[in-house]
Amino acid sequence: MAIEINGKSVETDEEGYLVNLADWDEDIAGVLAQQENVALTDQHWEVINFLRDYYNEFQIAPAVRVLTKAIGKKLGPEKGNSQYLYELFPYGPAKQACKIAGLPKPTGCV
Amino acid sequence: MTIKKFMFVNRKAPYGTVYALESLEVVLIAAAFEQDVSLAFMDDGVYQLKKGHQTKGIEMKGFEKTYGALEDYDVTKLYVDSDSLAARGLTADDLCVPVEVMSRAELGKMMEDQDVVLSF
Amino acid sequence: MLHIVNKSPLDRPSLDAVLQTAEAGAILLIEDGVYAATKGSAGEAKLKSAGGKFKLYALAPDLEARGVADRVMDGVTAVDYAGFVDLVAEHKASQSWL
Repeated sequence: MAIEINGKSVETDEEGYLVNLADWDEDIAGVLAQQENVALTDQHWEVINFLRDYYNEFQIAPAVRVLTKAIGKKLGPEKGNSQYLYELFPYGPAKQACKIAGLPKPTGCV
Repeated sequence: MTIKKFMFVNRKAPYGTVYALESLEVVLIAAAFEQDVSLAFMDDGVYQLKKGHQTKGIEMKGFEKTYGALEDYDVTKLYVDSDSLAARGLTADDLCVPVEVMSRAELGKMMEDQDVVLSF
Repeated sequence: MLHIVNKSPLDRPSLDAVLQTAEAGAILLIEDGVYAATKGSAGEAKLKSAGGKFKLYALAPDLEARGVADRVMDGVTAVDYAGFVDLVAEHKASQSWL
């Protein structure tokens, strides 16, 4: 599969995750979010940027429990809970947010 | 869910074979399911933790940094065989994460104490 | 002859096999074979005991990947992929000890 954007074609896998992480930019995030029916707000971007930083540091997309805890540590307990994250990303913060952030599917996510 | 004691025994060097990376992925899965996970490194497995992997030249994804995420997954029991380090000219200071160095006999006892042992 | 070893000296006997079989020539360590060239290791002792019968090389990208490029023993020359090709071209034959 592929998504067309700004005259370029960007490859995705059968579940809609980017094949090449380096292809990602904010415009592509917008298209991926649209496909997921997510309207991106500053709160969404905060989580997306957090995930990208986490990936750069550890080379993995974290599991939900780990993401929740790590976000709580960095952005405060009112954001580090699954209710807040599921409101932003109804189909699962790890799965849906990772996809929009251009990361692979989190390890251990089935 | 019943919590079981899982030990992952790592005995292969990284990159030359896929064992080290596969082990690390299964460790993260087990930890995400909140099991009691410990990791043992012996024989060439101690090379997995050697600091300073630069994998650009061999065009493979490096995974040294991922050992740093283990703490976020509450995996803090990392045991390393002292003889294996010594035979390779390494000490605990050469490793990328904090570990507990012990004898093979002590590692053997730890294995006896597990519900599940997975060897890579 | 160029002898190419890609297995760790403490995991497989490939390097031992070379040292027991060949009389002279060059040994190129690649992949997990490069661990033999690290200071203070049992592999270093094996190479030293060969007593200078062989010219010794190790592939730099494999040393770097494993974080051991800064602890290569004396007497081993690090080569890049182009150097690997040169070594194969310079020798009449090469043998990979799998």
